[in-house]
Amino acid sequence: MSNPLDLIERAKKGDKRALGRLLTLLEEISAENAWVLERLSSESGRAHVIGITGMPGSGKSTLISRLIRAFRDKGYKVAVITIDPTSPISSGSIMGDRVRMQEHATDAGVFIRSVTNRGILGGVSLAALAMIEAFDVMGYDKIIVETVGVGQSETDIMNVADTIVVLTMPGAGDDVQALKAGVFEIGDIYVVNKSDRPDAVRTYEYMLFVAEKEALGRGGSWKPLVIKTSAALGLGIRELAEAIERHLSYVRESGEKERRLLARRAHLMKLVAVRALLGALEEVMREEGESVSKVAKDMRGFYDEAMRIVKLTGKRVS
Amino acid sequence: MQSRRTSRIRIKVLVAKVGLDGHDRGAKVVARALRDAGFEVVYTGLRQTIDQVVAAAIQEDVDIIGINQHEGSHIHIARKLMQKLKEAGAEDIAVVMGGSIPLVDVEPLKALGVKEVFLPGTPIAEIVRRLEEIVKGGQIASEAEA
Amino acid sequence: MKLIEREKMTELYRGEAKEEIERSLRRWEQEVLPEWLSRMPEREKEFVTLSGVPLNRLYTPLDLKDHDYMQKLGFPGEYPFTRGIHATMYRARIWTMRMFSGYGGPEETNERLKMLIRAGETGLSLAFDNPTLVGVDPDDPLAEGSVGIVGVSVPTLLDMEVIFRDINLGEVTTNMTINPPAPVLLSFYLAVAEKQGVPYDKIGGTTQNDPLKEFIAQKTYVFPPEAAVKIAVDVMEWSVKNLPKWNPVSISGYHIREAGATAVQELSFTLADGIEYVRQLMARGMDVDEFAPRLSFFFDSHINFFEEIAKFRAARRMWAKIMKEWFGAKKPRSMWMRFHVQTAGCSLYPQQPWINIVRTAIEALAAVLGGCQSLHTNSFDEPFRVPSEFAAKIALRTQQIIAYETGVADVVDPLGGSYFVEWLTDEIEERAWKYIDKIEKMGGMLEAVKKGFPQREVEEAAYKFQKEVEEGKRIIVGVNAFREEGEEDVRRVPLLEFNQEEVERRQVERVRRVRASRDQERWKRALDELERAAERGENVMPYVLNAVKAHATLGEIMATLKRVYGTYAEPPYF
Ligand SMILES: Nc1nc2c(ncn2[C@@H]2O[C@H](COP(=O)(O)OP(=O)(O)O)[C@@H](O)[C@H]2O)c(=O)[nH]1
Ligand SMILES: [Mg+2]
Repeated sequence: MSNPLDLIERAKKGDKRALGRLLTLLEEISAENAWVLERLSSESGRAHVIGITGMPGSGKSTLISRLIRAFRDKGYKVAVITIDPTSPISSGSIMGDRVRMQEHATDAGVFIRSVTNRGILGGVSLAALAMIEAFDVMGYDKIIVETVGVGQSETDIMNVADTIVVLTMPGAGDDVQALKAGVFEIGDIYVVNKSDRPDAVRTYEYMLFVAEKEALGRGGSWKPLVIKTSAALGLGIRELAEAIERHLSYVRESGEKERRLLARRAHLMKLVAVRALLGALEEVMREEGESVSKVAKDMRGFYDEAMRIVKLTGKRVS
Repeated sequence: MQSRRTSRIRIKVLVAKVGLDGHDRGAKVVARALRDAGFEVVYTGLRQTIDQVVAAAIQEDVDIIGINQHEGSHIHIARKLMQKLKEAGAEDIAVVMGGSIPLVDVEPLKALGVKEVFLPGTPIAEIVRRLEEIVKGGQIASEAEA
Repeated sequence: MKLIEREKMTELYRGEAKEEIERSLRRWEQEVLPEWLSRMPEREKEFVTLSGVPLNRLYTPLDLKDHDYMQKLGFPGEYPFTRGIHATMYRARIWTMRMFSGYGGPEETNERLKMLIRAGETGLSLAFDNPTLVGVDPDDPLAEGSVGIVGVSVPTLLDMEVIFRDINLGEVTTNMTINPPAPVLLSFYLAVAEKQGVPYDKIGGTTQNDPLKEFIAQKTYVFPPEAAVKIAVDVMEWSVKNLPKWNPVSISGYHIREAGATAVQELSFTLADGIEYVRQLMARGMDVDEFAPRLSFFFDSHINFFEEIAKFRAARRMWAKIMKEWFGAKKPRSMWMRFHVQTAGCSLYPQQPWINIVRTAIEALAAVLGGCQSLHTNSFDEPFRVPSEFAAKIALRTQQIIAYETGVADVVDPLGGSYFVEWLTDEIEERAWKYIDKIEKMGGMLEAVKKGFPQREVEEAAYKFQKEVEEGKRIIVGVNAFREEGEEDVRRVPLLEFNQEEVERRQVERVRRVRASRDQERWKRALDELERAAERGENVMPYVLNAVKAHATLGEIMATLKRVYGTYAEPPYF
């Protein structure tokens, strides 16, 4: 395997092969290779991380492809991380988001990488978070992360992007459902995609209402924007790109960007911790299986037993 | 089954259709079967140029590129693909092909550097086994190097 | 017979006769069968068709319980046309033996067509190469290495002229398997006919022009679904009004089946495609009886013999019903489902390739027993590449043997009344209605395609089939059973050889020559007019024809239409 330092150097010079391999290294952060991420992070913090979330089929990938073009026209280098939502933890996966962005694959200023769940809690986010640091160092100005919003802090990278774009589409129907899922509480920008469809007006008005209502309950001076797009026809893309830029100015000037960067890195550390704890916990549970089974029979002293497991786990990881 | 150069738990494969041939039944069946066998599969969609395939393979850092071809232009594609991979410094990514390929073309394809050619009717289990072998083979080789 | 007359009923068996059969069957099941089963156990627990329809051991009149003869079968040439669209069927005229052909450049294809005409073929059928199928010129970067491989390359009017050199378009009918670029290829053909002095009302043939199935299978789509259907319906509308003998659409299940669909899916998706086109044409204010007689169909004939026959018979009955009851057609011709059949390319394998001849013969027999109007038999070298002359000839001879030696063409619908075939016909029909119902609820096939419904169904079926083969649940001779070691006979297949690189060079050169030598002003004006007309939403056909006559190339015309209508890329359905 090539030396990571060598990979970093080559990637900095624009060698995509080296960057691709460096990213693979970051897919599985471990004690042995943690220094690589440390090294990268010592130089990162400059890029604009844009999270794009929304239900499957709402047009995220199609919209991202349009955004790539818009950002490229402004001279930005663009990286895209697509997180595959469909793969069950136990098996392999098919990553198809690329299909919609393949026209940009050969553009020297574009890098698209698909990430999948690797079977550990928070695994998706961890790999993606590490990759963000790498893209940042390699001079990618815009790092777009595509993910299905699940609204769970443990697995949702959305909480740590600089700008969060939430996609919705006409007839998605379950407006209330989405509200409940909390998706509509996190957006800096709401996009009503597929506005080429006649029923888009209603959804747009509804989203205006949601954004209005939500702005009241938020700190900071940013008022969520609502933008209509048709990714299919390329409508509203410029407006969206501009809104994203405006939000970038806002987070920069308000100090929010610094805060989100630290939150992102804190989240990364938390995920490493969670992974280590869970791994150790699994091991301890296996080893203590006999004792646990015994308690399980009549549940006498179950709480103490659980705490004993916690202590053992703690010892194991320290 | 661990990937050769990396700590990756699963083998990552790019399944691609090059050119204008729209027969994607085989490509999709294979993609699904590989997924079910625990592979990570990146699917490019139809009508890809060789440059797009190489770019995707490099950005995704796949272990294997699988080209499914039903048109008859497989030799042409293989020649160009191998050349472009080399130019991009990615000749260590294994290339396999499948589809309507006459047996007489298998040797010429292998001579061009294609690792394996799967003729129609090859059981998927066999494809899975060979891909694992190819990746493992690479791993052994690179360990020996080290 | 007396029984039927007495009760004035059309059911096959009634009353006492049925009771008698029922009693006897029960006795047979209790007294005879068990002993046989213990002595000679059956090979499988359950027998199912290729599409997964479970089969009984035996069929009797009891399986046709409410089978109303007049309602379900009637007589050939009469509603519901189950037994055939013509009263005399092949007793009057053998089906058209239409062999799909074309490769290389127009010169090679012209030679091949003349060979087939000499060999007794009665209708021509052009296969196009992939660049032509998706409407790009031979010098487009995507065309590199593909020119002339799977069919003939036709980027200009000049190419079409060469293909039909010494062939009078008034004397042959030509099928063109072309979809998004259908208006262009049809225009090429018409312009050649005009040059030959053949009037429009003498021009016969078919443009496949079925864009919906392109999204489900074959995947030579270009435009997004809505626009694709609009352009196809333009061709249908214009053709019905101007070309009395032309079939402007061949509503195709073939490719859907080849992509892995079951027989039931093939049938129901094809009918649903047809329903969509009928609605679109009616929405343009056309009378159903004006256009319906010009709609034609195209099915696959797979290897599961009886299932295919049942499928064809059910298809005729269902379409007649749809046209009469849903759309109020009055003319019997509007209710005819006229269809072309091709034997299943996907049932052929490269292992022991000679045995493909046998598969094809059986599939062709099913098509004939199912009452097809025209038939293409695959060549045994199909799994490798475009047929060699030798292989193509065997395939054609196969049809001639069925037509003239076997005697199966001498009686109309010879399997009609078979308890099993009638039961299976009903069963397939019932299953197909369920699918159609589902698609109707989605708002018709255009909507269903946009949602990816048929795409996912087909992929699911393809995957399931593959698994069954691998688990040994489906035997494929020479592939997962009865294999032969050694690859000798594969190497002995004499494949068609031609210099593809040479053809590609020649085609690139020709298209460039055409571009350089035409009246540039007229050419530019014609393309501009086409673009404006497309923007206004007019029927594009007259403008495409005009552009073709001004020597605009296929790629140029398609690029013009793409600018207005956009393009399509398939979402990753898995
Ligand atoms: N009508 C319409 N369809 C769109 C639009 N954007 C995307 N689509 C379609 O919606 C489907 C899902 O798009 P995709 O980008 O894969 O969605 P994702 O799952 O959110 O990434 C595809 O069929 C797209 O063609 C749009 O603006 N209008
Ligand atoms: Mg997506």
